[in-house]
Amino acid sequence: MKHPLKTLFLLSCFGMGLGFAGIANAQEETLDVVTDPSFVPFEMMDQDSGEMVGFDMDIINEVAERAGFEVNLRTMDFNGIIPAVQTGNVDIAIAGITITDERAEIVDFSDPYYDSGLRLLVGADDDSIETVEDLEGKTVATKIGSTSYDYLQENLGDSAEITPYPGSSDMYMALLGGSADAVFYDAPNVGYFSQTQGEGRARTVGPLYEGQQYGIVLVKDSEWVEPVNEALASMKEDGTYDEIHTKWFGSSSEE
Amino acid sequence: MDVNFQFDWQAAFASLPHLVAGIPYTLLISFGGLAIGFFIGIFFGLLRISPVAWLRWPAIVYIEIFRGTPVLVQVLFIFYGLPQLLGGPINALVAGIAAIAVNSGAYISEIVRGGVQSIERGQREAGLSLGLSRVQTFRDIIWPQAFRRMIPSLGNQGIISIKDTSLFSVIGVGELVRQGQIYIATTFTALEVYLMVALLYLAITLSLSIALRMLERKGLVGQ
Repeated sequence: MKHPLKTLFLLSCFGMGLGFAGIANAQEETLDVVTDPSFVPFEMMDQDSGEMVGFDMDIINEVAERAGFEVNLRTMDFNGIIPAVQTGNVDIAIAGITITDERAEIVDFSDPYYDSGLRLLVGADDDSIETVEDLEGKTVATKIGSTSYDYLQENLGDSAEITPYPGSSDMYMALLGGSADAVFYDAPNVGYFSQTQGEGRARTVGPLYEGQQYGIVLVKDSEWVEPVNEALASMKEDGTYDEIHTKWFGSSSEE
Repeated sequence: MDVNFQFDWQAAFASLPHLVAGIPYTLLISFGGLAIGFFIGIFFGLLRISPVAWLRWPAIVYIEIFRGTPVLVQVLFIFYGLPQLLGGPINALVAGIAAIAVNSGAYISEIVRGGVQSIERGQREAGLSLGLSRVQTFRDIIWPQAFRRMIPSLGNQGIISIKDTSLFSVIGVGELVRQGQIYIATTFTALEVYLMVALLYLAITLSLSIALRMLERKGLVGQ
């Protein structure tokens, strides 16, 4: 008579048990760190290990070790990252995030850890686009919530079809699939793509736009800002930063 | 069948270990949310059929709100919006479970209402005339019969909620779809990986369907 209820309840418990079993236990001083699922070569999944790897990952792991916290890493679409730090739902974000005044109003940034900018990527056989001005009347892919999207809005407005995508792979697939004429996005990312998966199919053109700096994002007034900055400074001092930079970009930072 | 495109089986199978890592989250959110939603549903479902107006109306309001807004909006509201009201952070997993709970709870309320109302009035009169109290009549005569009628609809809602969790990749829960997206981000094998993701969802929902069918059979004998 009461079997159905019991069985349903047991089923639920079984499902939840399975779920809990798959989730690691948290420890003391573990900070929730969030990153983007794909921003080569800063964060990407290593196909063999299934772990997130990249320049940012090496930086944050080293910072965590020096500042004294454990990293509990999650991924989130870029446009959700800063809101998640703003609410305090996560403690730290590292995802090639450009330091801007608007963002600094709602979250705290560490000292800059990487110099960047924006660049155009077009199809390998496309000669019609050299600069942002050439995008008029064309379709350009970029990422939701990114500085490149803001730049395009300001400089092109309605004169071009600006299509914002949630993920990097989405924009690149739009370019390779022909639904976009160009991608306008962070220079190291488009550069890396044009030399790896996009090789022979896409190339970077034009100058570097908008000199920018990336910073680690923390909750407003977080107690961790100071330890993170100290960790970054000591990494730059003892050569660890240059080691990581060389590993991912093939050259040491010209600082 | 002679298909003329490149389907990379190796890429599809290579993605499986990464995708499977998302299954615990998918199961935890859906079953955790459904377990809570089931009790919410019984509570509001019974309020909904109360003859007392001030008990009935809160239930109507709750059901209409959560049945009438998308579950994606609900989870975004809970994860990004609620912290500003509460002044404290919300864990993504908790936000996901809460969204499934309130969303499935609204649907289950209606399932409960329909189930209870489908039992003939004569059953209640028979119970009362046997000298049982109203609570006993409901608990021992009406509810068991009504619940049996609810099982197919509850199973249906379970399957819907499992699929709804696929939307929660947006709040950074590493469930099945998110695992697939991360994998595609480095391999660009969208076709193969999303097919695998779809098959894994099917495996989960089919297991539930089979379990429910066994449950129904069990429920129909020995009563």
